[in-house]
Order: sequence, then C-alpha cells, then structure tokens
Amino acid sequence: MSSTKFILGLFDDPDDMMHGIDKLQKNSIPIYDVYTPMPIHGIEAKLGIKDSRLGYAAFMFGCLGGTTIFSLVYYFLVHDWPMNIGGKPHFAVPDFIPATFEWSVLFAAFGMGFTFFYSTHLFPGRAPRVMDFRATNDRFVIAIDAKGNIPHDDITNLLKEAGAVEVKHNDRKYVSYE
Amino acid sequence: MASHKESIIREPLVTGKGITYAKVTDDVLFPVENKPNKAWWIGFTVASLGACLWVFAVSWTFWYGIGSWGLNKTVGWAWDITGFVWWVGIGHAGTLISAVLLLFRQKWRNSINRSAEAMTIFAVICAATYVVCHMGRPWMALYCLPLPNQYGSLWVNFNSPLIWDVFAISTYFSVSLLFWYTGLLPDIATIRDRGKGWYRRVYSVLSFGWTGSVKTWQRFETVSLILAGISTPLVLSVHSVVSMDFATSLEPGWHTTIFPPYFVAGAIFSGFAMVQTLLLVTRKVLGLENYITMFHIESMNKIILLTGSIVGVAYITEFFIAYYSGGEYEQYTFLNRFIGPYWWAGCMMYGCNVLMTQVMWFKKVRTNIPMSWVLSIIVNIGMWFERFVIIVTSLHRDYLPSSWAMFYPTWVDVSVFIGSIGVFFTLFLLFIRVFPSIAMAEVKLLLKEQSEQAKLKELEEGHLEAEKVTFYKKNLIKFDSVEVSEYENA
Repeated sequence: MSSTKFILGLFDDPDDMMHGIDKLQKNSIPIYDVYTPMPIHGIEAKLGIKDSRLGYAAFMFGCLGGTTIFSLVYYFLVHDWPMNIGGKPHFAVPDFIPATFEWSVLFAAFGMGFTFFYSTHLFPGRAPRVMDFRATNDRFVIAIDAKGNIPHDDITNLLKEAGAVEVKHNDRKYVSYE
Repeated sequence: MASHKESIIREPLVTGKGITYAKVTDDVLFPVENKPNKAWWIGFTVASLGACLWVFAVSWTFWYGIGSWGLNKTVGWAWDITGFVWWVGIGHAGTLISAVLLLFRQKWRNSINRSAEAMTIFAVICAATYVVCHMGRPWMALYCLPLPNQYGSLWVNFNSPLIWDVFAISTYFSVSLLFWYTGLLPDIATIRDRGKGWYRRVYSVLSFGWTGSVKTWQRFETVSLILAGISTPLVLSVHSVVSMDFATSLEPGWHTTIFPPYFVAGAIFSGFAMVQTLLLVTRKVLGLENYITMFHIESMNKIILLTGSIVGVAYITEFFIAYYSGGEYEQYTFLNRFIGPYWWAGCMMYGCNVLMTQVMWFKKVRTNIPMSWVLSIIVNIGMWFERFVIIVTSLHRDYLPSSWAMFYPTWVDVSVFIGSIGVFFTLFLLFIRVFPSIAMAEVKLLLKEQSEQAKLKELEEGHLEAEKVTFYKKNLIKFDSVEVSEYENA
C-alpha cells in the first residue's frame, strides 16, 4: 500500500493543463480540484461547477440596504421629528434618494463580499490549504485524490502525456501545514 | 483559453523578452521581497517629513482652533474644502480604472489598477482629514451620523447635500477598500507561498487562506464584476454629491446645474494626472517598464486630454450661461475671475487645465515621458486652482459689497495642505513596499495573447496581412521598452 495521498500534475501552461483535464476525464479519473495562479476560463464548466449565485445575494443585500436607510430617513424626517423648512413637504422623496442609493451600494458590496468570503471559507487567519506552493506563482496544478482504484502510474503517465512538467506524489494533503 | 487570437494591430500590453509567469512574479515582487533602494528611501524621508508637518499643523489647529487658519466671516470655506475636493477628485481615477475600464473590457487596466486603487484609498483618507480638521473638535465627527442622542433625538438633516456627502464618501471609501483588498488576496497568497518564517505568517493571515482553487477563482471573478458594476454609478454619484455641496446653494458661480457632470469630468481629469505622476516615477524606480508600457502612458494621456477638454467645454458653458442668464451677480463673479484680485488664480485654472493639456493632441507629446510627467503636475496644480477659484473667488465677493473680503492663507493652512501631500506619499510608498504594486494574477492573463513576445511569435509564423503588420510595427516605435531593430526582419 503506497502512502501517497494526492497526485499532483504540475503544468506550466494553462492550455496544457486544460488538455490534461480532458485526458483525465476521458479516462474517468476524478479530479479533486485545480489550483491556478490566475483565473482560467472554462475549467469550471469542465469540472461541473455551477454558476455563482453571488449576484442574487448582491441584489438582495442591495434591496435590504436601500429599504433600511429609506425607512430610517422616513422615521427621522417624517415621523419622529418633522421639521418645517419653508413649509415644504416633510416627505421629500428626491432628497432621500442619495442616501438610499449609497446604502444600496454599500450593502450590496459588503453583503456580497462577506457572502463570498463565507462561502469560499476565506477569513483572516485561516490556515491556507496549499497543495503546492507554486500554484500561486507559475504552476497550474491538477490535484487527484490517490484513494481511487486507478493505478498511480497510469495517472502519472496520463499527466505526463498531457504535458505536465512535473508529477508529484504527496504523502500529505496540504504542504502548508506545519 | 487560447481559443482565439487577438488582432495583430492591437498594441502589446506587456513588452520584453522571456516574460514567463514566474518572471512576472519575480519582477513585481522584487520591491516587496527585497530591501528598498536609495530612491525609495529618499522619497520616503521627504514624504514622512511632510507627514510630520501635517501632524504638527493639525495638532496646532486642534489646540488653537480654526482661528489659526486664514478664514474670515466672508470666506468661511477656503483651503480646507479646496483640499478636500481636490483629494476626492484625485481618488476618482482609481475607481475609473478598476471599475469602468473593467466593464469596458479594457485590458490595459490590468497592470495599473492596483496602484490606482491604492491611490484612491489614500486620497480619500487625505480628503476625509480635511473635513474632520475643519470641525475643530474632531470627536464631533460622530454627529454627522444619524445616531440617537439626548437632544430629542435630533437627527441629521437628510435634505442637506452635506449629509449626502457623508454617506457618499464613507460608502465610496469602504467599497473601494473592499474592492482593492479582494483583488489583493491572490497576490498576497503568492507572497505567502514564497515567504518564510514570520513573514509568511503575516501574509498568511492577510491572505485569508487563499489557495486559487477553481471555485474560488470563479466566485472571485463574479465578485469583481459585480463590484465594478456597482462602483461605476457609485463613483459618479460621489463627485456629483460633492458638487451639490456647492450647486444647491445660492452663491453666484456655484448655483449651476452643470456642476455634477463638470465635477465628475474634472475629478477623472485630475485623478488620471495623479496616476500619471505616480506611475511614471514608479515604473522607473521599480523597473516595471515592461508592464506599464508606453501604450498605458499614451492611453492615460488620451483620457487626460478628453476629460480636460470636457472640463474646457464646461468652463465655456459657465461663461456663456453667465452672460446669457442676464444675472448681474453671476456675470460679475465670472468677470471677477479675470479682473478681480484673484485674477492670477483664474489664469492658473484656465491656463493649466485647458490651454496646457491641449498640447496632448500631438502624439510626440503624449508619448514623451518627461513631458507627460510635467503636464500631469501642471494638471494637478490647475485642478487645485480650479477648486480654489470656484470656492474663494465666489465667496469673497458675493451679494453684499460691504462684506467683501480677501482670503490670505496662514502658515497653518499651507502646512496642512503640504502635509496632506506628505501623508499621501508616505502611505503610497509604504504600499509599494508591502503589497505588489501591479496585480500579478491579472497581468499573467495577458501573457499568452497580449504580450509582445506572443505577437512576435505570431509575426514569425506568418499568415498575416502585410498592411496590418506594418501598422503594428509602426506602433512599436514609440515604446521605450521595445527593441525596434529586431522587427526589421520579422
């Protein structure tokens, strides 16, 4: 029984890596995840990652922000302490618009931002789960869980054929843990 | 990814040979991972001296009160609000580059957005300090917010543009910060993964545990796009609201409907000038000529020319409307800009902003680095005077001649202003030491298609129309980072 936990295919070119993903999938080898130094379009479709729903979150938070401040301003200027300014109406909607707009944007941005951090498990001080240190620099890394029944040599050969510059058999899942 | 090739006639966005993904990381992180050079130390010393001056002048203001400034009861707003509007305006270019150019898919933004956004944040900090300083009692800043209090509660007045401004500027600052920091995460992770010891631990905390997995990148891109989408109207709203601080008053010279678009154009104008001022020096000192190329410089100069001309049209419109309205106070105000005691400020404003920038119609000027730099400084000066003229010249002589007065700045006014420039540069210089000044992940996206070497390869492969190739080669001549001689045989 080998002690290998994860097999990593390191590519130095995103096109080769895409080719690698295709090859692995053609051979029914499940891909654990792919780590890249920059966003590569098309991987998410190949790996079957659904479209982000963060846009809906942003919209909902935006509506919440706008409603909140509009209601507050209504409470302040119309209900709680109406001021007589030259006999003009207390409920002066056009004057409420700038604050409503700003808080819609504020809530949309931060609501969406924090949803993003929450859903992708990003927060200050989180232990980085790095499989290969060069994945944030110049290597495009395909990670394959070594638990499956496929012989490790076959996976290695497939990755090499696809153009991997290096194939690693890691005994630990995350190299960043001390 | 390389499903289609970019047309050869487009100029390269990354120049130089042997630019690999690793090289981009090495080049951009060089100032972060190594000890700073002499130029940085000189800059930092001067800037921090300026920041010390700021601390001293602001402390003086708080100790002795606003009376230590040159204000009087006629000119109750002068250098403070001038500085405020100037800095907020400068901040606008960062958002324009990061948000508006993202929506327009302008890929040249990739190598300048990071430092421009940082500039936005520091500029807004500088702007906010003026507001707080002018309160005299800075702890009273809380009363700008609608907080329950023992006077009723007496709420802030949401009919006032000054309160809109509180909301606009604070939202603008926080959203810009979020946008900037989210964009920084992948690059901070790069520093973390290259570092050792305590250095690594610090960047590890800052990186939020970023790994660059598929799902994170996909979500990251969605977040960037939506943030760009909502920042675009936000940035337009911010300076519109700033202009309403003036436009909703009844002061001659202020009470005009043209102010919001005119201020926004002026803001972008001055902001790009400041980006140009900073980046022309940064690219030289940090050796980033291959990433911030002549194409970037020329593009920014074109935007400066465009927005400068919009500002020029706004000036002409103001004069025409003053004449056409028949309002004698309005007419006097605009005449007073030339024949009044502040005629020299008016000349600085119109001369620097409109006349001087018109030389950018010439390609020779747009692609000349020393001239671009000098012009960017001229624009910075001109835009400061624009705000000074609008504010002080209108206030010092309005409806009641018996109240006419002059404004003379004291040394405290001058020191707060010079000091705020020091604060800005101190923050900027610290930024380029601790964070990558170029968005590495985004520049890496350009290598396969938009780089000079990719285009050279395409040329060598042939199959391109001769006319387009000649056009492309002709465009390369202006680049200071391209060896044109190599293209003779290509």
